[in-house]
Amino acid sequence: MSYRILEKQQYSEKVFKFRIDAPKMAAHAKAGQFLMVRANECGERVPFTFANWNADEGWVEFIFMVVGKTTQMLSSYEVGDEILDVTGPLGQPTEIDEGRWCVIGGGVGLAIANPVARQMVEAGREVHVIMGARTKDLLLLEDQFRSFLDDDHLHITTDDGSYGEQGVVTAPLERLLQEKAVDHVFCVGPVPMMKFSALTAEKYNTPIIASLNPIMVDGTGMCGCCRVEVGGETKFACVDGPDFDATQVNWADLQMRQAAYRTEEGESLKAFEEGSCSCQK
Amino acid sequence: MPEVNGRYIPNAKAPRVPDNEEPAAERACDFRPVDKGYTKEMAIEEANRCLNCKKPLCVDGCPVNIKIPQFIEAIRAEEFGRGLDIIREDSMLPAICGRVCPQESQCEGVCILNKKGNPIAIGQLERFLGDQPELGSTPKIAPKNGKKVAVVGSGPSGITCAGELARNGFEVTVFEAFFTGGGVLVYGIPEFRLPKAVVKREIDGLTELGVKFEYNSVVGRITTADELFEEGYDAIYIATGAGLPKFLNVPGENLPKVFFANEYLTRVNLMRANEFPEFDTPTKHGKNVVVFGGGNVAMDAVRTAKRLGAERAIIAYRRTEEEMPARRAELHQAKQEGVEVMPLVAPLEFIAGEDGNVASVRVQRCELGEPDESGRRRPVPIEGAIEEIPCDVAISAIGTNANPFAELIGGMELNKWGYIVANEETGATSNPRIWAGGDIVTGAATVILAMGAGKKAAADITEKLGA
Repeated sequence: MSYRILEKQQYSEKVFKFRIDAPKMAAHAKAGQFLMVRANECGERVPFTFANWNADEGWVEFIFMVVGKTTQMLSSYEVGDEILDVTGPLGQPTEIDEGRWCVIGGGVGLAIANPVARQMVEAGREVHVIMGARTKDLLLLEDQFRSFLDDDHLHITTDDGSYGEQGVVTAPLERLLQEKAVDHVFCVGPVPMMKFSALTAEKYNTPIIASLNPIMVDGTGMCGCCRVEVGGETKFACVDGPDFDATQVNWADLQMRQAAYRTEEGESLKAFEEGSCSCQK
Repeated sequence: MPEVNGRYIPNAKAPRVPDNEEPAAERACDFRPVDKGYTKEMAIEEANRCLNCKKPLCVDGCPVNIKIPQFIEAIRAEEFGRGLDIIREDSMLPAICGRVCPQESQCEGVCILNKKGNPIAIGQLERFLGDQPELGSTPKIAPKNGKKVAVVGSGPSGITCAGELARNGFEVTVFEAFFTGGGVLVYGIPEFRLPKAVVKREIDGLTELGVKFEYNSVVGRITTADELFEEGYDAIYIATGAGLPKFLNVPGENLPKVFFANEYLTRVNLMRANEFPEFDTPTKHGKNVVVFGGGNVAMDAVRTAKRLGAERAIIAYRRTEEEMPARRAELHQAKQEGVEVMPLVAPLEFIAGEDGNVASVRVQRCELGEPDESGRRRPVPIEGAIEEIPCDVAISAIGTNANPFAELIGGMELNKWGYIVANEETGATSNPRIWAGGDIVTGAATVILAMGAGKKAAADITEKLGA
């Protein structure tokens, strides 16, 4: 089995999309699910949510932002290169309940929000999307969202006001909720964004699900690295999620567990940049 | 061979030949195999102690009834190939089971020599033969029967079933979720106890037999039972193993640097975190490590912690050493390596330090009360006896629950705990085309039982479909 890169697209300095050859995976992928990549023999296993897939053509896509060693190395892969191991689909698909939806994507979470929103539109739902980013350059996939949404259904915020409305995603969310324009909310992005989106939706008694992204090792429920407290119970994001009721998530816990290897991640990236590790494509 | 007038006289009064272990102080610093195994001379000397009982208790003590006195007799006669062939009639994985079986509660536990001293080192002798696979005769392979079987999982049960079926003429494909074969033998059991090369030899042997491996394939997600049948498979053997770790259910269990043993072991064994940053996956090197549990997984975790540089590595168990389900050899070796055993404690709470990581664990001291259903004496809390143990890594190794993928694979009945309902003797499930065995049927058990289940299922599949 080879996972050849069929297409590579660069959205910004640090954000890339890969289309890879994976016919069986493509035939079974659903919105909200993820795959796990091990780039080479010494690679770690890293989860990425499906950005898109095509069962007829036999490919899946994922989007990644360069944040550490693995993503840095992946960004150097070109069309025709092969990724050593790709496992998926994993996780529970996003459940698209009846009603009108608001999909919120923050930062690299937009890569996940995009296929989820598209699936909802394809399922016949009315969908509002709120795109949030720190600054204009980090706002991903605007064209891809516009391909299935009109101006009235696309809301853009940037922290620095360089594009769209200045501020954070909760402002347009609150307006939509006040206008009773949506029945369900889906959010994916950095922890503070999801946490405050949850608080906002809760205020209006509107159900909100969050797609969580903790560190994973095996991705099949065996190791428990990705555990997260939801409603006072321990859940495994890889098999019980990654979607959970956002009002029930212990965000402080999640944020701490996500940061648990920050020092090692820095060390690993440094070794890679200095060429002191022997990793190759 | 000790003989009088051509008759074998066992050297039963001789002491048991000790294990051929690396020096504890040296081996505790790296991941080298702890037990080098018997040399030829040691094996023959040990074999010479065997009484060759008329009614051998050891055979009954073995979960798969290996003809133990016969293979020991073959070692005595220095006919190692013949000895290996005798084992292979009942067990496909002697190199592995010789290393990881709990012999003291099986074959060696019932050896008649226990009454006079030490039992025969059956595990060592099994391993001695298992480590020389080239000496055995080449197994006969039946002509292709045109039937296809999908095996789900490449742990001990899956690879045994796959091997048997391939020899019986089936076309076999093994689906494995990870990128490499062996299941718990590679992600769970550390290199110092079961070298990866030993497992790889078994997997390579299957490949030579024509068994195909599809890695990175989580059956239940990338395909289902129904789809496999549509693709032309005639039968499926499900051996996905035990699954989710059990929780201690105490506050602070989700703090950073509190691990389930599965994660702690997978990072090192499968992802080689001990070689970080040469390998990308990191782990936490604790100075004070506490492991909760008393089984082999707990032993593997605490000995791994020692090798990652722990100054104090503690096994905290709610009963006493005597009740620990771990192999005696592991407990003995762990203690040699400086592991501390803290009996009769149960965790109450993990407490975070200023940096948010676990900094200590509060434990309840217990005493032994009346026996429970398992026959082991139940730990009873001693009122007010609460202590705080400092730790910068804590590991929970108290067992597993059912693997959630059994349900997603579909097509057969599960019990209320999520394990597959299967016939103990045949592995047959409620679906006439699906068989199952190993931990996903029994709950977490031993490698030998999983191996045995794979063998029985292969026999039943062959009987039902082979003609």
